Amino acid sequence: MSTVPVPVAEPATAVGRVRKRLTSRTASAISLVIALIWTVPTLGLFISSFRPEADIKTNGWWNFFTDPKVTLDNYQDVLFGTSGSSGRLATYFINSLVITIPSVLFPVAFCALAAYALAWTKFKGRDWIYVAIFALQIVPIQMALVPLLQFFNIFALEDEGSFVQIWFAHTCFAIPLGVFLLHNFMSELPGDIIEAARVDGASHARIFRQVVLPLIVPALASFAIFQFLWVWNDLLVALVFVPGADSTPLTVRLAELAGTRGNDWQRLTSGAFVSIIIPLIVFLSLQRYFVRGLLAGSVKG
Amino acid sequence: MASTTQRRIYALVGVAALALTAAACKGGDGTTNDNLSKPECAAFKDYSGIAGKKVTIYASIRDTEEDLLKQSWKDFENCTGVKIDYEGSGEFETQVKVRVDGGRAPDIAFVPQPGVVEYFAKGGKLKPLGDKAKTTATQNYSADWLKYATVDGKVYGAPLGSNVKSFVWYSPKMFKDNNWKIPTSWDELITLSNTIAAGGKLKPWCAGIESGVATGWPATDWTEDILLRDQGPQVYDQWVAHTVPFNDPKIISAVDRAGSILKNPAYVNAGIGDVKSIATTAFQEGGLPILAGKCALHRQASFYANQFPKGTKVAEDGDVFAFYFPAIDAAKGKPVLGGGEFVVGFADRPEVQAVQAYLASAHHANTRAKLGNWVSANKGVDLANVANPIDKKSVQILQDSSSVFRFDGSDLMPAAVGSGTFWKEMTAWITGKDTKAALDAIEASWPK
Repeated sequence: MSTVPVPVAEPATAVGRVRKRLTSRTASAISLVIALIWTVPTLGLFISSFRPEADIKTNGWWNFFTDPKVTLDNYQDVLFGTSGSSGRLATYFINSLVITIPSVLFPVAFCALAAYALAWTKFKGRDWIYVAIFALQIVPIQMALVPLLQFFNIFALEDEGSFVQIWFAHTCFAIPLGVFLLHNFMSELPGDIIEAARVDGASHARIFRQVVLPLIVPALASFAIFQFLWVWNDLLVALVFVPGADSTPLTVRLAELAGTRGNDWQRLTSGAFVSIIIPLIVFLSLQRYFVRGLLAGSVKG
Repeated sequence: MASTTQRRIYALVGVAALALTAAACKGGDGTTNDNLSKPECAAFKDYSGIAGKKVTIYASIRDTEEDLLKQSWKDFENCTGVKIDYEGSGEFETQVKVRVDGGRAPDIAFVPQPGVVEYFAKGGKLKPLGDKAKTTATQNYSADWLKYATVDGKVYGAPLGSNVKSFVWYSPKMFKDNNWKIPTSWDELITLSNTIAAGGKLKPWCAGIESGVATGWPATDWTEDILLRDQGPQVYDQWVAHTVPFNDPKIISAVDRAGSILKNPAYVNAGIGDVKSIATTAFQEGGLPILAGKCALHRQASFYANQFPKGTKVAEDGDVFAFYFPAIDAAKGKPVLGGGEFVVGFADRPEVQAVQAYLASAHHANTRAKLGNWVSANKGVDLANVANPIDKKSVQILQDSSSVFRFDGSDLMPAAVGSGTFWKEMTAWITGKDTKAALDAIEASWPK
C-alpha cells in the first residue's frame, strides 16, 4: 500500500494527465504556431497562383508583398483554354465527378450491406469470411493493377466502358477497409435494439433500413469522406484504367499541365487550387461527421 | 438529421445519374469514306483502303507539341478517312509497360528509348515495320538512326522527332559587346572560358541538373558528349554495350575532362552559386542566367529553346542562340549527340502500318516542320520549311554528312544504370564524389 499522497488536482490516469497538459495555455500557443507554419506553404502557393508567369519563374512568392502584381491569367489558362496546350480543367472537372461519385456510392452501399450481414446475421464461417475480407487489405494495390486490367479485357469494354472499369476498380479496392470500419461500428450497436425489432416481426431488410442505417450515419459519412478524398486525389488507378485522353480525371490532367519538358509549371499553382475546391467543400460540410466518425470501429480490432 | 442526410444522399444519386447520362451521350462518330479522289489529296493516294478505321497512339509528347503533332496529320486523316486517336502522358514510360502487360497495348507508341524498343521487341510484343513503312524509313533515315530500332535484323520503327544535344547556348549580344568569337575547337572553347573567367566580371559556365526523379540526366549528357569527343565513337559504342567497363581509364579521362569545366570553381556556376549549386538548380533554369547577362555559356540540347520566357528571340542576331559544341580533334569528324523517338507498332493491321509509313515519310516531316518548333533527322526535310533558326541549325547538323551521330547513351543502357545509378552517381560526383569512386559504383550496379 502506497502512502504517498496523490495531489487532488492531478488526474489519476495517464490519459488524464496528458489531456490536462495539452489544454494549457502554452500548449495552445505552441499548436497555434505549428498550425501557422503548416499553412505557410499553402499560402505561398495560393499567392503564387495569382502572380504573373515571369514573376513566378524568377522569384519567390514572398516578393509579392513588396511588389504586388495580380493576374487571373493562370486561372483563365488552366480552366477555360481550348487547345491541348492549355489546361481545360473545366472539362476534366466533370470527368472527375463522373468517376468519383459512383466510386463512393457503390462501396458505401456494398460495405454497409456486407457489414450488416457479417455483424447481425448468424451463419457458419461468418468470422472467417470477415477475417478473409479484412486480410485483403494487406494486398498492395499495385499488385492488382495488371491482373485486373487483363480481367477487364474479357469484356472488351471500350470508350464509355472505361468509366465502368474505374468504378469497379475503386469499389474493389475500397471494400476491405469499408467492411472493417462499418462492421466494427455496427457490432457495437446494442443487441437489444435489434432483438426488439426482431420480436416485433421485422425482417433483416427492414431492420437494416429502419434501425441500423440511421444509427450508423456518422460511420457511413466518415467512410464516404475517406473514399471521396482517396478517389478524387487518385492518380495511379486513373492512369491505368482510364484509357483515352478525353475521359481522364483532373489529377491526370494536372500531372500533364507543366508541359512536355516542364516549362509551363506556373500553371500548377492555379491548377492545384482548382483541384482542391471540391475536396475542401466536402470536408468542410461533412467535418462534424468526420471528427465523430474518425473513432468509428477503431476501439475494437 | 436523418432526413437531411437522406436528402443529401438522394441529391448525390441524382447527380450521379445525370453524370452517367452525360457520359453515355458521348457517342462515337466515324467517317467511312475517304477523300482520296479530291485534288488536294493527291499526296495521299498511296494510302487507300483504310477509311473508317481507328488507330490509337500513346506517347510522352504533350501540350503545345501535342497540338502541333495532331495538326501535322490532320490532312492525312481527312484524306484517307482514318481516325488517329492520340494520347500523350507524362507517365508514358511506366504506363506503356502496364498497358502492354495488361493486354491493352496502343496500336502505336512513340518510344524515346531504344532500350525499351528492344525490350518489347524481344518480348514479342512489337510487330516489325510493314514493307511500305520499311522502304520509306530506309529511304529517309540514315543507318545510324535505324540501327537503334533494329533488333535481331528486323526494323521495328522509324524515328519521328529528333533533338541535337551537342549545343552550347550563349548570348550573341554579350559575345559582340566583349568581342568574343564563337569557338570552333575545344582549345578555343577553353581559351574563351579562361578569358571570361580572367575578366572577373562573370564566370563563364552555368548548369543545372535537377529534374525531379530524373535528377542528374544533364550531367550524363555532358559526360556522353565529351566521351564522344575525347575517345571517339568506337569507344562510345563499346561503352554503351558494356564491352568497355564503366570505370575504364578511358571513361575516367572523359569524365575528368567534363569535370575540368563542371567542377572548376573558376568556371561555374555563373549567376547561381558554387559548384554544388549545379545539383540543386532545375535544368529548366540552368541556362536562364545567360539572359540576365550573368553567364556566358550553357551546354544543353536544342529543345532548351523552349525554356526561355516568351518573347525571347532565339536567333543568331537575337537574345540567345547556340553554337555547336566543338570537337576535340576535328579531323575525326563532327561528333553529334542526340535523341529522338521511334514510331513502333504493337499491331500490324493495314491502317496501323499505313500510319507508320506516313509518319516516316518526307511529306509528314515537312508538314510538321512547317508548323515550327521541330527537328527531324529525315533526309527529305527541306531546310526552307524549317523557320526557327535553332531548329534549322539542328537539321543542318543532322543532315551534314561529316556528322557522326550517336544516340544518348543513357537511353541505350539497361534501365538500372541508364535511368538509375548513372544519374545518381553523376549527381554525387557534382556534389564532391571522386570520379573513380562514382564510376566504380556505376560499374558495380551494371546488371550481370
